[in-house]
Amino acid sequence: MRNFDCDLHSVRELNQALHDVQSDGESFNVLNVKGQHALACGITHNINVSLQGHAGYYCAGMHQRGTVTVHGNVGVGVAENMMSGTVHVTGNASQSAGATAHGGLLIVDGDAAARCGISLKGGSIVVKGSVGHMSCFMAQAGTLVVCGDAGEALGDSLYETRIFVLGEVESLGAGCERKTSTAEDLSILSDLLAKAEIDIDPAQFAQYGSDKSLYNFSVDNAVLPEVSR
Amino acid sequence: MKPKAPGLVESALFDRRTIAEIDRAATTGIYDIRGFGAKRKLPHFDDLLFLGASMSRYPLEGYREKCATDVTLGDRFAKRPVKIDIPITIAGMSFGALSANAKEALGRGANLMGTSTTTGDGGMTPEERGHSNKLVYQYLPSRYGMNPDDLRKADAIEIVLGQGAKPGGGGMLLGQKITDRVAQMRTLPKGVDQRSACRHPDWTGPDDLAIKVIELREITDWRVPIYMKIGATRTYYDVKLAVKAGADVIVLDGMQGGTAATQDVFIEHVGIPTLAAIPEAVQALQEMDMHRKVQLVVSGGIRNGADVAKCLAMGADAVSIGTAALIALGCNHPNYDDQYRDIGSAAGFYDDYHEGLCPAGISTQDPDLMSQLDPELGGRRLANYLQCITLEAQTIARACGKSHVLNLEPEDLVAVSVEAAAMARVPLAGTKWIPGWS
Ligand SMILES: Cc1cc2nc3c(=O)[nH]c(=O)nc-3n(C[C@H](O)[C@H](O)[C@H](O)COP(=O)(O)O)c2cc1C
Repeated sequence: MRNFDCDLHSVRELNQALHDVQSDGESFNVLNVKGQHALACGITHNINVSLQGHAGYYCAGMHQRGTVTVHGNVGVGVAENMMSGTVHVTGNASQSAGATAHGGLLIVDGDAAARCGISLKGGSIVVKGSVGHMSCFMAQAGTLVVCGDAGEALGDSLYETRIFVLGEVESLGAGCERKTSTAEDLSILSDLLAKAEIDIDPAQFAQYGSDKSLYNFSVDNAVLPEVSR
Repeated sequence: MKPKAPGLVESALFDRRTIAEIDRAATTGIYDIRGFGAKRKLPHFDDLLFLGASMSRYPLEGYREKCATDVTLGDRFAKRPVKIDIPITIAGMSFGALSANAKEALGRGANLMGTSTTTGDGGMTPEERGHSNKLVYQYLPSRYGMNPDDLRKADAIEIVLGQGAKPGGGGMLLGQKITDRVAQMRTLPKGVDQRSACRHPDWTGPDDLAIKVIELREITDWRVPIYMKIGATRTYYDVKLAVKAGADVIVLDGMQGGTAATQDVFIEHVGIPTLAAIPEAVQALQEMDMHRKVQLVVSGGIRNGADVAKCLAMGADAVSIGTAALIALGCNHPNYDDQYRDIGSAAGFYDDYHEGLCPAGISTQDPDLMSQLDPELGGRRLANYLQCITLEAQTIARACGKSHVLNLEPEDLVAVSVEAAAMARVPLAGTKWIPGWS
């Protein structure tokens, strides 16, 4: 375990140290993070990073391997465009948590604000609390699990993402509808619940997905008849 | 056919083109989607002229005397700024909109001339990286195919806030062009009409963007410059905010800029002409003491060396080309006229890039059509074209007495129309009058 004190070193030094790791398996304990931005972003090795305190914007951005745990709240865009690995937030997350994530797992123990999982591209997000409005806007693939409630316009303009919500949904966005879960859906959900150490029966979640009405433009063909004489 | 009766008057308002468009709308119930750039006549670089040297200025010898063309982009923070040999770059055009052969040809041509190419919506292909010595990676609202490994492979990152053809609008790629490979790169079901977002998913304003820039710099260990591309509208303010947000290079795309696909109403009615946008950007940079420190790359309707030289004289550090590069590869070439007619168009008119039926093998994903374009030949043609317009720009610069094309200045220019004089902020020829400014 390497200790790294952000009172003594800059974010640049922290990230460079994380990027310079040559082999998997190292652990970093980062102290005094004090809400700074772009902490632990762009990690490529299978390492463990614990951030002690609240983190600012884009914490663990574009995360590729290993685990980042934030012992506190996070700002906008935690784990944005994550590719794989795990990012775990013990507090709440601000807007756009897990935006465009292509893979990996983001766990938020508290609530996540608006646009959680926006443009999701294959990653998985589990929020133990509630999510704000426009969550999963234009989401393409992957899974969002919400153990609390979801705000307005959930899943607006979404493609193939699976959304599971245990509580209330304030409203569904354009092109999003309630779905009946298949065995495959339930197995994906129970796997994520297990990984996030949540003990709730998957069958209690309501599932939402695309009604495919926005998949193609609708074009009429009201051609005037040819005139013959 | 009966001859047209004398005295018949076609309405200027409801001319045949307008009638055809109303019929098209009544038939389909949907707006016209097309590629290419604005087709309407606008004040443009043709409305400017250079004042070659005579008594009061001293020219350089046309062929022999040195007139350098190299440009360095993004040396504000990056450890590795982009150094290009000519002040002309290849604009961002997506794989998906363009065929793999077209992307390869663009890379080959740019390499031959020592300049850069740019990825586009949909991510970076290995072929593209392989064939481009200097490749700018676009970071777009859709984040299709956005991959940190590719980000780290790039020579620069271009955050796209908008395009001149459609400022405020997202992109679209219609189902016909979503092949297996394109679908997989964009994580989308095959055959959907894909819409690219118009807003970035994880920042909303310049203050957030400033932090986003820090994140991108952190992930790439501050190696490469960060460009910001804006569609020309409120250019003065947008440039100031982009610089404040940390841009190393501003890419300014005027309303004539080409596109792969958007609504015709957008292309023709949103944004301001390239000519009007440049002085706004230069003024913003000068007021911030950032002119020539944050470089300005201008695009939108650049066709020849005179256009290049005029952009530089107005204060740009380089230009970027899209449509002209595709034309150099063979887009709209008369050789394909029969094939264009088969699909309801004609050589010189073709703009349905979104349909994926391009007979020249450029804006298509169909393997048979794509085979029409030999990337090696295409690369040579693009390099020839780039060489020609660079020589043209040098010719003008020498005539104005400049030993580097970047030494061209607004004082070298006059306008031949009142509109162009006002927009470009140079005097109407033969007068000292800059409408609105003097
Ligand atoms: C076929 C095609 C595809 C394009 N794709 C993109 C894109 O993916 N991202 C982008 O920022 N601009 C895109 N553009 C716009 C160009 O980057 C550039 O702004 C424009 O072409 C410049 O104007 P010009 O065509 O008059 O040279 C595209 C343009 C064309 C013609």
